Amino acid sequence: MLINKRLILAHFWFAFAVFGVALLLGAWQMLMRSPLSGWIENPEWYYRSLTGHGTMMGYVFPTLVAMGFGYAISESALGQPLVGPRWAWAGLGLIAAGSVIGLVPVALGRASVLYTFYPPLIGHPLYYVGVVLVVVGSWIWVALMSINLRVWKRANPGKPVPLAMFANVAGSYLWAWTAVGAALELLLQILPVAFGLRDTIDAGLARVFFSWTLHAIVYFWLMPTYIAYYTIVPRAIGGRLYSDTMGRIAFILFLVVAMPIGIHHAFMDPEVGAGFKFLHSAFTALVALPTLLTVFTICASVEIAARLRGGRGLFGWISALPWGNPIMLAVLFSFLMLGFGGAGGLINMSYQLDAAIHNTQWITGHFHLIFGGAIVIMYFAIAYDLWPHLTGRPLASLRLMRLQLWLWFVGMIVTTFPWHWVGILGMPRRMAYFDYADPALSPLAFSVTLSVIGGFILVLSGILFFVVLLRGHAGPAIEAGAYRFALAVHPPVRVPAALNSFGLWVALMIGLTVTNYGYPILHLALGGGASVQAVYVGGQR
Amino acid sequence: MSRDGWTVGGIGATAVVLVVSAVIGFVALPYAQPDLRLAGLWDAICSAAGVAAPAPPQEQAPGPVQKVSSVVVSNDMLAAADQQSVGRGATLAHQCAICHGPTGVSRADSPSLSGQYAASIYKQLKDFKTGARVNVVMTPFAVDLSEQDMVDIAAYYAYLPRLPVPRRTVDHPIPRIVASGAPLRGIAPCGSCHGDLDNKMGTPWLGGQSAAYFREQLRAFASGERRNDINQQMRAIARRMTPEEMDEAALYYSGEAGAVH
Repeated sequence: MLINKRLILAHFWFAFAVFGVALLLGAWQMLMRSPLSGWIENPEWYYRSLTGHGTMMGYVFPTLVAMGFGYAISESALGQPLVGPRWAWAGLGLIAAGSVIGLVPVALGRASVLYTFYPPLIGHPLYYVGVVLVVVGSWIWVALMSINLRVWKRANPGKPVPLAMFANVAGSYLWAWTAVGAALELLLQILPVAFGLRDTIDAGLARVFFSWTLHAIVYFWLMPTYIAYYTIVPRAIGGRLYSDTMGRIAFILFLVVAMPIGIHHAFMDPEVGAGFKFLHSAFTALVALPTLLTVFTICASVEIAARLRGGRGLFGWISALPWGNPIMLAVLFSFLMLGFGGAGGLINMSYQLDAAIHNTQWITGHFHLIFGGAIVIMYFAIAYDLWPHLTGRPLASLRLMRLQLWLWFVGMIVTTFPWHWVGILGMPRRMAYFDYADPALSPLAFSVTLSVIGGFILVLSGILFFVVLLRGHAGPAIEAGAYRFALAVHPPVRVPAALNSFGLWVALMIGLTVTNYGYPILHLALGGGASVQAVYVGGQR
Repeated sequence: MSRDGWTVGGIGATAVVLVVSAVIGFVALPYAQPDLRLAGLWDAICSAAGVAAPAPPQEQAPGPVQKVSSVVVSNDMLAAADQQSVGRGATLAHQCAICHGPTGVSRADSPSLSGQYAASIYKQLKDFKTGARVNVVMTPFAVDLSEQDMVDIAAYYAYLPRLPVPRRTVDHPIPRIVASGAPLRGIAPCGSCHGDLDNKMGTPWLGGQSAAYFREQLRAFASGERRNDINQQMRAIARRMTPEEMDEAALYYSGEAGAVH
């Protein structure tokens, strides 16, 4: 049962509006740095746009999708009205306020520091204040998810928590803890400098704090996608989930090992000891496990659906799948991009291989393929699946949806494959212009041009996405029925307490943070002497 | 599995992974590195944890042959000048006026100082005084200045209005070296530090400087005649600039672009 439909719809619409703006900025950036455009006359505009693109796509868009989807899950999976809807609106209000407060200085060119903050660059304090407000707004959601689960558990003692809600709360706890790293960096290091209380900053320590957030934030972005794999896909294609237990274990593994691995983002940082880099590398390898479990479980679930539809043979069942169904198409594309992106990720997490592609366009290609590709295409699928239940009107054109998903998939591949390639050739990321006339760089020109075409395909797909949703709002009113999640082949009757609660796993997550981050942080924080002068964006003070 | 089974299994598996990774990362790998000389197990662990080994004792490094700048530039240096400092600076600046103009705007191809950042003026005066920068006209003026004199003069000129970077026009667009630099030669855009695009700590504002002075300084940096730039920042850039680029930048910042071409 979906009761607070306006709340959920507001989250999704705000998320997608922000996504639309950031998508256009991204396409403009690609054009500017390509051979199709002359050198940008004022490179600051490029970094201004890049900061806006990253901030909106990284902090605002996925957070709002996770929140809106989370509220929908809480109401429909638990079958109870959301506890604390006023708080939920307040959280959305904080995120809206934070987005405006943070993005105004960016638009004015006073905070072109990129969404990774990049100290010792220091922008206008309001930018960071805006980001903090966005995070605080999302923490309200974390608290609400925990409270709603508790209320349900009290009313349903001993019953298994529905998988969708179990995963949703796991995602919220992961976010709550992983956001602490960037919050510490902002509150202890950056804001005092931005407000002029100090004028030096330890950039090495700041990067270690940020790595605490930077890797697991991707798994937070991933959570709605994985929840959709497990709880929407099997139902949408007329099948059943192969294993409910496997789902619980996968989400628990994400909770425990997604966070204490972030130093693989700092492999090239001399401040961190090689032993800790290895430790984080080893745990990064471990985080592939829940993804492999998921791929196996979802492929098995899809096969069940195919065989229920009369599919036969070792591989013959594949043709029996409902390929006209947009959700089926989305999950295929998502898996393909996850596969390619994951393979690239194995290179990033390997110390020696990473050295070859560190800070090159390869990295940009990698995270666009994973986030923009595998994750966001499932956000589209979630919206398509949920929209009729939120608006009470059908999404009429399956053809348009399929076209949109095809364009997003093709566009993302055409964008990111050339990026991986030029990254191997050594093209640095975060550059506003390149001298393609130079013999050393001219071999890159073709690939970069190709990626711009991919970017334009993505814009086209983004426009189609809005057309589908807006046309949905104009459709005739229908009764969409209750919103349901996939049933497992063996629906859980009793599950072990450990797979029905989070205490042990949250404790392990925090424990691993202490073992894997404790010494590097204390060493840098207490060692001192590594601070450098802040570089203020927008002129001398 | 009972709750205790999951607890023991979860903690146990995590601990095993942690311990095995730690033993490999902090013991096995340091020992596997042939050029890492280790005094023992504890030394291996410390080196892997990132504890800096004490530097081996070495002889006093020989000092530079030439004088280098002794000024350490920071964001907060000379940040808040009081009115008395500005007033004293105005009096002291009478001796500067013959070359730098009574209002800090030069008409003699010497630098215009009106509105220049205090940190930049202070640094140049100090460098003239210590001999890190040498000029037959300036050096005699600077050697007699006290620390407070230099601070006051810097405060006074910083207090005057800043000369604008000339507006670009359709006929005289911003030159490529100023807007974009030359990335493949490692030259950052002039404007990213010296004004128009952005300003960075310790760099002077170049708007309204005479083209002749500008060219001469770039030439001096390129030849190594002038070497009071910190970490050779300007020398490294000027050496790689072409004479045409020096000319374009000089004409652009001086506002003489329209008059010459």
